[in-house]
Amino acid sequence: MKALRRYVDKIKPNFEKGGKYEKLRSTFEAFETFLFVPDTVTTRGSHIRDANDMKRTMALVVIALVPALLFGMWNVGHQHFLALGETTGLWQSFWFGFLKVLPLIVVSYVVGLGTEFFFAQVRGHEVNEGFLVSGILIPMIVPVDIPLWMLAIAVIFAVIIGKEVFGGTGMNILNPALTARAFLFFAYPGWMSGDQVWIAGLKHGLRAVDGFSGATPLAEAAAGHLGNLPSAWSMFAGTIPGSVGETSTIAILIGALILIYTGVGSWKIMVSAFGGGLIMGLILNLWGANAYMQVPAWEHLVMGGFAFGMVFMVTDPVTAAQTETGKWIYGFLTGIMAILIRVLNPAYPEGVMLAILLMNVFAPLIDHYVIEANIKRRLKRVKVTA
Amino acid sequence: MRYQKNKSSMSKVINLKRGLDIHLKGVAEKSLETAPASETYAVKPYDFPDLTPKLSVKPGEPVKTGTPLFYDKYRPEVVFTSPVSGTVKAVSRGERRRILEVVIDSDGKDEAVSFKKGDPKNLSGNEIKDILLKSGVWPFIRQRPFDLIANPEDTPKAIFISLFDTAPLAPDYAFILKDKNTLFQAGLDVLSKLTGGKPVHVGYHPEKSDASFVSGLTDVETHAFKGPHPAGNTGVQIHHIDPINKGEVVWVVNPQDILVIGRLFTEGVYNPERIVALAGSEVKSPKYYVTKIGASVKGILDGNLVGRNNRYISGNVLTGKKISREGYIGFYDSLVSVIPEGNKFELLGWALPGFGKFSFYRTFFSWLTPEKPYRLDTNLHGGRRAFVLTGQYEKVLPMDIYPMHLIKAILVDDIDMMENLGIYEVVEEDIALCEFIDVSKTEMQTILREGFRSLIKELG
Repeated sequence: MKALRRYVDKIKPNFEKGGKYEKLRSTFEAFETFLFVPDTVTTRGSHIRDANDMKRTMALVVIALVPALLFGMWNVGHQHFLALGETTGLWQSFWFGFLKVLPLIVVSYVVGLGTEFFFAQVRGHEVNEGFLVSGILIPMIVPVDIPLWMLAIAVIFAVIIGKEVFGGTGMNILNPALTARAFLFFAYPGWMSGDQVWIAGLKHGLRAVDGFSGATPLAEAAAGHLGNLPSAWSMFAGTIPGSVGETSTIAILIGALILIYTGVGSWKIMVSAFGGGLIMGLILNLWGANAYMQVPAWEHLVMGGFAFGMVFMVTDPVTAAQTETGKWIYGFLTGIMAILIRVLNPAYPEGVMLAILLMNVFAPLIDHYVIEANIKRRLKRVKVTA
Repeated sequence: MRYQKNKSSMSKVINLKRGLDIHLKGVAEKSLETAPASETYAVKPYDFPDLTPKLSVKPGEPVKTGTPLFYDKYRPEVVFTSPVSGTVKAVSRGERRRILEVVIDSDGKDEAVSFKKGDPKNLSGNEIKDILLKSGVWPFIRQRPFDLIANPEDTPKAIFISLFDTAPLAPDYAFILKDKNTLFQAGLDVLSKLTGGKPVHVGYHPEKSDASFVSGLTDVETHAFKGPHPAGNTGVQIHHIDPINKGEVVWVVNPQDILVIGRLFTEGVYNPERIVALAGSEVKSPKYYVTKIGASVKGILDGNLVGRNNRYISGNVLTGKKISREGYIGFYDSLVSVIPEGNKFELLGWALPGFGKFSFYRTFFSWLTPEKPYRLDTNLHGGRRAFVLTGQYEKVLPMDIYPMHLIKAILVDDIDMMENLGIYEVVEEDIALCEFIDVSKTEMQTILREGFRSLIKELG
């Protein structure tokens, strides 16, 4: 450790003002602070500070995503071999999926962090840790066969238009990962929906065995084929086609517990979002005008990207409501909108992404009213005492 | 209306849920020792937020206890007096010749200027103010909002006193005030003459405070508070008893400062005697010392320290002021904390399990041992970022206030919004925990003071 520190100290002057690589200062700092928590001490205000920082917080979200990611890798292989009509072992499926998903992760991080480093450099800021989470989220919410160049463009779009134009992490209005997905969805719809994209290989000419459908449960439900829906257990466990990380509700719930227990993710948003989804599902059940509306309300919660979105994406603290009361309202409305769009929109069978992006836009409005209420309480107090 | 007896609300305990107790190593043991006599003493304009001092003495001049050293440029009647007799040794200055310290060489004789003494009940409010001002005891009375020295021309809505401190390593006031009932009451009698009949509120802790001490107080309203830090802060207690609205002024006084006021009227001199807790992980034997305001900490630290690379703080680790190894005890402080400096790099520190690290969040494995006291250093633990996490600051501020939105209103200098969001109700110590837990490492206390400055400028 000492030798490493000495080396860092030795090359450091090159990156400081007047040094050879002055222009790469932010990049150097990012790597240095990644390796070493800096020796900065408090100068004003509180002399002691919480051990937690942005790196730790973001790293924790990544850890919470790991169960869903690992399951997703296995499921990519599992679905692939299922389409071939082959039975394989756990590790073979996992290895296949790992090799398919790894390039997505690498492209997402390299391109995204590259863009972030560039902006930090131009602005003279420290590199922000926000992309540590977005970088892993993006590969988990796309179909596994998405071409890497498309992914790269989407990541650049998301980082620049979704985040940096607003001033970087903490200032953005829309969830960057979902911005990337929305970009892909509208720019390359052929690679983002349909029965072909969810199974690795189908898009590239792989011939599935007879009777195998690559359709997601949502597509089946939207088409009215309720009989083709997988069992509730397989939807809960996640052995169904879908985006890489979204299928296993069990793995997602493990992540949710980690986020809630550590206090990093808001349980209020998660609970109210699931509640909103359930209630909307029940309302649609009562209406029951078509087959999709008759899907049992609770099954909506384990289908498609609902659980993933409501645990990992709605809770993004920057784009969610920021007041505690606001969080209840925000989560609830997101849940409602997700199922509403999912069932009533004829164009595509999933509504989670659009619901979250829509509510991202409304979050500041919700907060505004919550804060107005606080202000009114304060003003009322004056009138009472006067 | 005069409050003739102790209007107690003993039965009703205000139980605050939100907050955070930080258990640090080195809590002062309840034993009292007389500190070695200090050779030098100092009064530091820096102890009084935004004071513009004007010197009344020059180096080399002889002074007595109670001789004015400097005064407030904008309110010359507010003077700051010497805590000992001797000669002015030096006036140390900082940037732009700002006065940092007026240092006095003690002659060990304690000759004091005498002031009119007497039972405050027989003195008029103006006479009392006059004595407090001339003796330099007035600055012990502070006002809210803004945490400044009280304006002698104001009549406050109420006076608030908190009889317990919940900050890390806080001194135990039940121990400090033991057997000082009469003196404390004498101080309270002085204060209640200044309110024009408005109440003096005393906040106490049903277990930490001495019940017989509290019930023996007269002419006050007592309120019981329970809960984690910052339940002991006057600001928090004010919020739950009678919150400050725009245009209102309340005064607050520390328990030990009431003793100084009491002694002024019973002894007729400014007697800056003070019991100070010396605490922290780097102190060999943390305990209480009888010393004086402005005394050098050298005497109590010599031979009593573990390491050398330390941060010396007059006050607590959340709000106190950094002093040097030979520095001086602050005007309002009853605690000297010594913790290790954190000026070292830590390899992959953000990724380690972190068993010995203290965090409000359960992102380190130290949540397995919540009651274990910690040895925390001054490392910032990360770099400054924009606000990302939300809803956390509210968890450590038991008030109906949105701290993050208030801080943002100050950052954009929106005066109306600051008022609307309750800036009059908080001072630095109240949001110190928000600053502590902030993963974005924002300097909230400093920002809040900036907000006070813009408001004061705006209000004229």
